[in-house]
Amino acid sequence: MRYVEEFRDPKAAKALLAEIARVTDEIGATKAKPVHIMEICGGHTHAIFRYGLDRLTPEGVEFIHGPGCPVCVLPMARVDECVQIAEQPDVIFTTFGDAMRVPGTKKSLLQAKADGADIRMVYSPLDALELARRNPDKEVVFFGLGFETTTPSTALSIQQAAAEGLTNFSVFCNHITVPPPIKVLLDDPHMVLDGFVGPGHVSMVIGTHPYDFIPEDYGKPIVVAGFEPLDLLQSVLMVLRQIRDGRAEVENQYSRVVPEHGNPVSIAAMEDVYEKRPSFAWRGLGEIDESGLRIRDKYAAFDTEAKMGIGYGAEVAREVEEPEGCACSQVMTGRIKPTGCPQYGTGCTPEMPLGALMVSSEGACAAYYQYGQRRPVETAE
Amino acid sequence: MCLGIPGQIVEITDETRLMAMADVSGVKREVSIAPVLGAGMKPADVIGEYALIHVGFAMALIDEHEAAETLKALEGLGEAQETLDAMAEGAKALEGQA
Ligand code: SF4
Repeated sequence: MRYVEEFRDPKAAKALLAEIARVTDEIGATKAKPVHIMEICGGHTHAIFRYGLDRLTPEGVEFIHGPGCPVCVLPMARVDECVQIAEQPDVIFTTFGDAMRVPGTKKSLLQAKADGADIRMVYSPLDALELARRNPDKEVVFFGLGFETTTPSTALSIQQAAAEGLTNFSVFCNHITVPPPIKVLLDDPHMVLDGFVGPGHVSMVIGTHPYDFIPEDYGKPIVVAGFEPLDLLQSVLMVLRQIRDGRAEVENQYSRVVPEHGNPVSIAAMEDVYEKRPSFAWRGLGEIDESGLRIRDKYAAFDTEAKMGIGYGAEVAREVEEPEGCACSQVMTGRIKPTGCPQYGTGCTPEMPLGALMVSSEGACAAYYQYGQRRPVETAE
Repeated sequence: MCLGIPGQIVEITDETRLMAMADVSGVKREVSIAPVLGAGMKPADVIGEYALIHVGFAMALIDEHEAAETLKALEGLGEAQETLDAMAEGAKALEGQA
């Protein structure tokens, strides 16, 4: 028996791990024939590696790391467009810090900034709004990036800019949604997925019903989870119990934060400001139908694509190949582990990322690299 | 960027824009409270409440215990400091080249 000192409640962790082991046995899952559970959210990926959950859970449980890390799925072409926008005169380009080191074909935003572009890291689109108010002679562009957790914040900021009549604020909208890539992965005949741990904070915004298709159309369980280590263990157990019992449902482990129908103000703001794009390109996954959002025509004055004719606002959205030797797409679809990539740790490190999965602590490669050498804190009893 | 951070709403700073001052681990930061104002709620109703704050927007009201637990989990992941750094970075950005 091993236990984990690092958990805030080691007793509870131990009990959950014992129960996970028991249910895994009941399912008959083994190292050779494991159950595959995908954690969709990059925050969960980070927590799993940080606490060594992949090693504390039985060998019959295999985690597949999902596409829920926004900077990891950002195509190089979009980074190039950011640089292109930022390098225009009289533009202040604002972005979350996470996006600064994502490699483009020529440079990252960090390199563009070093080369003299006015690029500023902000905490919130509200900071970008404030910059626009203070700099009426500049065009302030906010790089709208992320899933449904960050999407409402840009929608509300655009509504605010419209209410104030700001004319020098726009959003380069690259917001994406969680359910479509899950559908793509479930449709992929090479993928074996037996259940999902669903993203808690995305669900805080959209509720739990957008996942109904997972049990209904694919017969797979999904449990919406918080990101504390005990939340994750409990959610894994809930998924395993569903598998054992032959059930497939959407369950909500994180009900203390996630309401069934999400956040009505955020949903209304997103409805008002955005519409689905016919398709959007994901790094490693390719074009996915209805997976990206664009700003509706009534807010065109706040849409960088429309204002500058760039990205999907141009005739055709540019496509670029992934860098030579990068196995991001295989890692992204769970075909290989990060360590299986020839560039891992040599041509690609968190300091000098080649692929996007190495950029953010939510990326599978960076999480592997950061915690890979480390054993979970465990002691033989 | 996706995990958010708990903070306590301490005062309303702008009634019309629905902005409030939040105390996030001892750091004061202006946030939007629009998402947590349910039907029929006034800004003053959330003073003293804890909220999960995502990129400057209070997205869900949580209780004090949940706020403390969440903060501990974020500290474990190194995300609490990262978020506070991002807030400081955002404040610098307003002044000039950051
Ligand atoms: S190690 Fe780097 S190049 Fe290889 S898959 Fe990971 S991020 Fe991509």
